[in-house]
Amino acid sequence: MADPRSRPAAPASSSAPAAGAADPATAAGWVDAPPRMGFFTDTSVCIGCKACEVACKEWNGVPTSGLDLLGMSYDNTGALTANSWRHVAFVEQPRPAGHATGSFAGNPTGDPAGAASAARSAGTTNPTGTEPGVLPGQPPVAARMTEFLGMPAAGPPGRTGSAEERSDFRWLMMSDVCKHCTRAGCLDVCPTGALFRTEFGTVVVQEDTCNGCGYCVSACPYGVIDRRADDGRVWKCTLCYDRIGAGLTPACAQACPTESIQYGPLDELRERAAARVATLRERGEPQAQLYGHDPHDGVGGDGAFFLLLDEPEVYGLPPDPQVTTRDLPAMWRRAGLAALAMTAAAVGAFLGGRR
Amino acid sequence: MNPDRPAVGDRFRRFRAGRRAGEELAVPPAEFTSYYGRPILKPPVWTWEIAAYLFTGGLAAGSSLLAAGGQLSGRAGVRRAGRVAALAAVTASAGLLVKDLGRPERFHHMLRVAKPTSPMSVGTWILTAYGPAAGLAAVAEVAPLLPRRGPLGLARRALPPVGRAAGLTAALVAPALGTYTAVLLADTAVPSWHEAYADLPFVFAGSALASGAGVGLLAVPPAQAGPARRMAVAGAGLELFGAHRVEGRLGLLGEPYRTGRAGRLLRAGRALTVAGVAGAVLGRRSRLVSAVSGVALLAASVATRFGVFHAGVASARDPKYTVLPQRARLDRRAAEPGG
Amino acid sequence: MANADVIVIQGSNMAEAHPVGFQWVMEAKRRGAKVFHVDPRFTRTSAVADAYLPIRAGTDIALLGAVVNHILSNELDFREYVLAYTNAATIVSDDFVDAEDADGIFSGFDPATASYVQDSWQYAGHERDSGSGHTGEERETAAGLRHESHGAPVARQVRRDETLQHPRCVYQILKRHFARYTPEMVERVCGVPREKFLELARAWTENSGRERTGCLIYSVGWTQHTVGVQYIRTGAIIQLLLGNVGRPGGGVMALRGHASIQGSTDIPTLFNLLPGYLPMPHHARHPDFDAWVDSIRHPSQKGFWGGARAYAASLLKAYWGDAATPENDFCYGRLPRLTGDHGTYQQVLNMIDGKVKGYFLLGQNPAVGSAHGRAQRLGMANLDWLVVRDLFMIESATFWQRGPEVATGEIVPEQCATEVFFLPAASHVEKEGTFTQTQRLLQWREKAVDPPGDARSELWFFYHLGRRIREKLAGSTLPRDRALLDLTWNYPTHGRHAEPDAEAVLREINGYDTTSGRPLSAFTEARDDGTTAIGCWIYTGVYADGVNQAARRRPGHEQDWVAAEWGWAWPANRRLLYNRASADPQGHPWSERKRYVWWDADAGRWTGRDVPDFEVTKPPSYRPPEGATGPAALAGDDPFIMQSDGKGWLYAPSGVLDGPLPTHYEPAESPVRNPLYGQQANPTRKMYSHPVNSTNPSPPQQHDQVFPYVFTVSRLTEHHTAGGMSRTVAPLAELQPEMFVEVSPELAALAGLTHLGWAHLISARAAIEARVLVTDRLVPLSVDGRVIHQLWLPYHFGFEGLVTGDSANDLLGITLDPNVLIQESKIGTCDVRPGRRPTGTALRELVQDYRSRAGIVPGVLPPAVTPGVPVDPPRSTGDGEGNP
Repeated sequence: MADPRSRPAAPASSSAPAAGAADPATAAGWVDAPPRMGFFTDTSVCIGCKACEVACKEWNGVPTSGLDLLGMSYDNTGALTANSWRHVAFVEQPRPAGHATGSFAGNPTGDPAGAASAARSAGTTNPTGTEPGVLPGQPPVAARMTEFLGMPAAGPPGRTGSAEERSDFRWLMMSDVCKHCTRAGCLDVCPTGALFRTEFGTVVVQEDTCNGCGYCVSACPYGVIDRRADDGRVWKCTLCYDRIGAGLTPACAQACPTESIQYGPLDELRERAAARVATLRERGEPQAQLYGHDPHDGVGGDGAFFLLLDEPEVYGLPPDPQVTTRDLPAMWRRAGLAALAMTAAAVGAFLGGRR
Repeated sequence: MNPDRPAVGDRFRRFRAGRRAGEELAVPPAEFTSYYGRPILKPPVWTWEIAAYLFTGGLAAGSSLLAAGGQLSGRAGVRRAGRVAALAAVTASAGLLVKDLGRPERFHHMLRVAKPTSPMSVGTWILTAYGPAAGLAAVAEVAPLLPRRGPLGLARRALPPVGRAAGLTAALVAPALGTYTAVLLADTAVPSWHEAYADLPFVFAGSALASGAGVGLLAVPPAQAGPARRMAVAGAGLELFGAHRVEGRLGLLGEPYRTGRAGRLLRAGRALTVAGVAGAVLGRRSRLVSAVSGVALLAASVATRFGVFHAGVASARDPKYTVLPQRARLDRRAAEPGG
Repeated sequence: MANADVIVIQGSNMAEAHPVGFQWVMEAKRRGAKVFHVDPRFTRTSAVADAYLPIRAGTDIALLGAVVNHILSNELDFREYVLAYTNAATIVSDDFVDAEDADGIFSGFDPATASYVQDSWQYAGHERDSGSGHTGEERETAAGLRHESHGAPVARQVRRDETLQHPRCVYQILKRHFARYTPEMVERVCGVPREKFLELARAWTENSGRERTGCLIYSVGWTQHTVGVQYIRTGAIIQLLLGNVGRPGGGVMALRGHASIQGSTDIPTLFNLLPGYLPMPHHARHPDFDAWVDSIRHPSQKGFWGGARAYAASLLKAYWGDAATPENDFCYGRLPRLTGDHGTYQQVLNMIDGKVKGYFLLGQNPAVGSAHGRAQRLGMANLDWLVVRDLFMIESATFWQRGPEVATGEIVPEQCATEVFFLPAASHVEKEGTFTQTQRLLQWREKAVDPPGDARSELWFFYHLGRRIREKLAGSTLPRDRALLDLTWNYPTHGRHAEPDAEAVLREINGYDTTSGRPLSAFTEARDDGTTAIGCWIYTGVYADGVNQAARRRPGHEQDWVAAEWGWAWPANRRLLYNRASADPQGHPWSERKRYVWWDADAGRWTGRDVPDFEVTKPPSYRPPEGATGPAALAGDDPFIMQSDGKGWLYAPSGVLDGPLPTHYEPAESPVRNPLYGQQANPTRKMYSHPVNSTNPSPPQQHDQVFPYVFTVSRLTEHHTAGGMSRTVAPLAELQPEMFVEVSPELAALAGLTHLGWAHLISARAAIEARVLVTDRLVPLSVDGRVIHQLWLPYHFGFEGLVTGDSANDLLGITLDPNVLIQESKIGTCDVRPGRRPTGTALRELVQDYRSRAGIVPGVLPPAVTPGVPVDPPRSTGDGEGNP
């Protein structure tokens, strides 16, 4: 997988002009690269079967992420980590789901389960063997959110207690994955060239080069890439570089029974996604929205984008991610200024006065 | 024009917008949502070594400047102390950086590429340039101890000029070494680090000067410590100015710098800095007071660096520091005409 | 399914238990179909459905019956279809008394045996033709199963009233029977608000008829009840009234629980059936071949079952080859005989009583997967030998050393006499053969890799077991050994381990001409003169022309949507059963939109997208001559060709043991008094009064409040059945790593349960513990002014594997459906308390405490007939025939 031609990738991708204008593979120095490939994950047809998680682990030989009951609905994976390259999120909400009458309309309700149990599940830790692995939530934060109408609380999610709010109910499922950004922070900041841009426009780690400096972990605006504790190197979705190179579909998309995970040339996927959103809005899903499809967003668009039925943060996604290196020139300027001030101060210190 | 990328001219306005947002963001905490209260970002996997390196790197930079000043102004004591401190600090730095790697045996992979987009790569090359120079300068200090005759005699005569060249080289690189670490932290998705990118370099530059000055105050008699005292004052000024902007101007994202462990460390740092400067200026007659002031300044630098480090980690752990500022940004963009 | 305009999923969590097949529901939804999900809890299926109806477990007949009532009282039935293709117009005997008029019990009930004499249920003028007489014995042998491939017997010529006005015609009886099943009653019984119910009823009826079709999907959420068969009957009645049978996008879809479990009923692993649903002969009723065969085909009767003699002869010919001749009744004498109930639960009780010496377990883990786990384990601990063939070391192989009863001291490993032989089995990718899935589709599997170590295929195991036994018996002169020694046991083998050739077995199943060896192409070629040998007559054609039809894999994009060249479906590669009904009586498609199979007048034959499920050249106008029998007696507009009257049955004069019409009975364990009838539960349910078995009290019994909550168990996507293939595999185990119980926030508050805390559940059988998941997906239901709380548990957990936990099935008692002897494992009552359960002997003490508070006496079960319900004694007991 190590590819010398990946070296120019870093400078090229960071110096990509107007966001998303250039094809990342070409910008990375690939000569006549194939069309950019990616994922379109349509959460409106996801049935939360987790076949994607299992297929990914089986194909890529990803180690177990721990045998812990998290109490986050049916999510016992918790997050994308070095040991989970696909993560199915489950959100239980007292929100209408396009049902003619609310799922629980007319059923009696009583006291809410309350903030205590919310805090409890948010406090669940999970020894994934990854560092930092799945962090516990902030119990106070979670407890607060049980009172907040219409947003997923932390255990039992969506619980609000009053009959009207109970009557409408929906259960959102979403298979998360590395976004393979057009302007990838992880790739930009990697000091060893272990991360590189493939000819398909995806971002992959070369495990024989990575020395585990961990810079990419802090640079990812989605919190995807992660360092494996017992291994010291970082790991993440490769979009099955070895499979797509051989003309095969990535394991997760291959295993998905409902075509929630679609793989293909990014341009086609974007057209398909736009059409799907239109259909859903017609059918009374006003909240249906695309995420990561826009080449003009803060990361120049994602190679893996999503159709969501609620705001991104509901699924644990940042609402407006930006690649940190976008501000790098300004950072260097400020640092230069500070360096000058430092020199000046030193010089002044010796010239000023004679004692 | 792409609303994501305001022209540099807009930057200033964007900062003020940031402040306004900061006030808007003082909303009831319940009004943000996340996935079971879990972090969106992965907090830095870096541990105490990196925080410590922020200090040692700065100390090396400050010391080299001090040494060069002593060299040029003929203050042998100052020069010697600076050069030795610089070597010790840069050696510690290298050790800390390697220790923090997930695969320490692969530290040399850092030298595979040179990437301006990776402050860590830039830093690697800065250290590569600085380390040998600082080392050589320090080694040159042993010249007087060498025998006058024989091959070593030759070295005794050759070393001082080499040392002078090396000392000046190290001093030239030192400001970069002292400030790039601010970019290293700022060039991440960690909210409170990234948004502070305009001011962190000044905090770090000041902290580096102050620590260097601390070495001076500690090592040389008050009579020779004048420059160190003035360096301390200047450094403290830079640092406090920067720190004030960081905590005040970032709105919600300044919170992690004010609260919790980070808040305590930064307050301690500020107190020590003030004490150190005061001691250095007022106690200029007393060797003891000067020395104590020097120690205070070094401690202040340690506290400040760890404080900044922990503030970033805290901001990455709580999803609200990720969600609220980004929401505010979206709202502003929606408000912008044509946005 | 993809062609349906409305899909009703009830008694099934299809998205979780059948995710691959569920892609077709999503496809239908993509095309605009409305999807309804009716279930006790909000599942991953509900999440993607258009509407979800929470229902009290065990009340489905009340809801479905109300749909029937909605259809009939608003005249929404597909009248032309109903008149022509169902028995709606048939007149029923004057002797028949409906359960509506007798507080929940039909005429002909015999209290002595708690079973029915069906004579009074018959069509008018045929009261003596029930052919079943007393059904007590049919229950013992789960005779209902026999009808999976064909209807029960009825007379050929019946009185009809085409106006449907005759007070005793099926249509009017049906109308009266369900008259009280109103939306208000649904609210009272099921806890489903009436608006929600009407939303379902409207969508269902509006999306049925000439232009549109609706599809009904169920799974073991329906079958595993003491009234399970009647649940499905009710669904079938709705689909027949709406004209949704035999048409694309219609049907009643039974989702089978395991890979090829359909195959294991076609070629049965059941005690009472032989391949192709031929009944296992009974020692008293079927003394000779003719008696046996005639009891199947009912001489002088309509329909394809008339060929039973040829199917039976060909089967025996396949068993005993040359030894089987017409002269010796094809060795009929060597077939084993039924003497009564040999069902799995009777076996377990016999084991406990020391009546069983040895036991083979293949692909089954009863220590976790069967009802009343404790009884299962105690039974297996009382054998001489036990053979377990599995991929992993499962609970049923280690119960004697690590089971819960070891902790309670009920099983002492040192003293447990059972000698367990664990034989590693080859997985489905390590052997070749066929899977028969839900749609009756046989798909051939190639072997991908060799099995590891000593792991072997089932085929290998049984072939070589038989071979060795036959070698040991070689030369024996004992007549009893002839059955084994004369078996055709000559399969070619290959490879290092002498693996039998699976295709050779498939060829025998398909059947061949014994004179020429030519593989048969259709079961119509079966002969009763010994010239054909057929392993399973309904599979004939799967090896037509010596080609393995099941191995066909022509891609979908290379053929039409019926995809007739992918695999092979029984019978005769028909993808849609009774598809003659997709055309009107004259043979024209009901509509362009739903065109499927139709009569081509010019060609003079049936044609269409599928293999016509009808005699290809029999014109719609054909009317049978007087006295015709078998297929010839079927008219050109009798689409239900396996039924003895060619009609779809709205009313079942025989074949169903617990009533000609579905009636709402409460589950054997219920906190609710039956709001519809004095009769609380199914009066004919199969009960076992054995000290180890017990039933929690239900109203009107006393102490029912000792077990106030309803629990139901089912599956998670992440695990497979008893967990033997998922709790043992890390990538699956970590996805659902602990045993848990789902409760509503209301119940959590009521019982003091905290999210992720521990709770233990107690029934009269056992107490188990689980982590608590408080979720909005469960709601309390308002039933008859009461609030009913339901809990849900996964049944996947046991004490072996990477992730372990208590087994939910331990809570269940043993009460069965009378028709097919399936256990009621989808509902029971229990109490729930916070914290972990006690361990050791204290555990049994806790259960004993509850038992005494509930007034449970070992071996004493609630009466079959609820006290106070008047019983109308049988007008006649048949011709005394079959009276025990």
